[in-house]
Amino acid sequence: MWYYEKKLQYPVKVSECNPRLAKFLIEQYGGADGELSAALRYLNQRYSIPDKVIGLLTDIGTEEFAHLEMIAAMVYKLTKDATPEQMKEAGLGAHYANHDHALFYHDAAGNPWTATYIQAKGDPIADLYEDIAAEEKARATYQWIINMSDDPCLNDSLKFLREREIVHSQRFREAVEILKQEQDKKKFY
Amino acid sequence: MYTPIKWYHPYASTADPCPPIEWKYYQTPPNLYLGFQPTGLPQFPLKEALYKGTLWPVLFDPYPSHVRGEDH
Repeated sequence: MWYYEKKLQYPVKVSECNPRLAKFLIEQYGGADGELSAALRYLNQRYSIPDKVIGLLTDIGTEEFAHLEMIAAMVYKLTKDATPEQMKEAGLGAHYANHDHALFYHDAAGNPWTATYIQAKGDPIADLYEDIAAEEKARATYQWIINMSDDPCLNDSLKFLREREIVHSQRFREAVEILKQEQDKKKFY
Repeated sequence: MYTPIKWYHPYASTADPCPPIEWKYYQTPPNLYLGFQPTGLPQFPLKEALYKGTLWPVLFDPYPSHVRGEDH
């Protein structure tokens, strides 16, 4: 089970109403390498992975939900006061027609989130390698969004999230090292 | 020396429709090099760590990176 802390993992500040940036950011909300995919992928893989790395998947999967919440806050703040006209100009006309200002799990191109974005192969090495790749892809996505964004407040939060992807990738790589270890040898780190 | 960014010079044809981008860059964050993290590494002060997103200077990778080779 989970306990909920009624605060964001890192503060989210937005300088100005900017629905165009929201359209790009939604990639990290409902995209293939977004935070929802990450959270569901890791938490689901926990059941069929060696005991030693279950806790890691729980911790990181949980943190991904905290990131999801930050992205949601960003998208909401960027669009909440946008007029239908501004939404249309930002390329969010189709989104507005379907959802008004509501958030929805889809990527920057409007494709709805699908479970086919995540895998559970049941092979621990295959699953962890997918997790490492997912973290690097999410890191790259944050880079591309930072490159396009001119909102310094928002970029501050995005840089935090990008750094977390690096740390997560590192921990998954260490998990692979643990599972690779020869079982008849004792190795101390 | 470790650099968080690498670059290459892609082939450009005289028949390319757009002006060529001479150098292409990509990120190589520190997690690619660290291996299993050794114990006892230096840590950021707690408040700074919460701001930076990591407790470990060895894993901190500012973006956009400004460390590039002299000619790039």
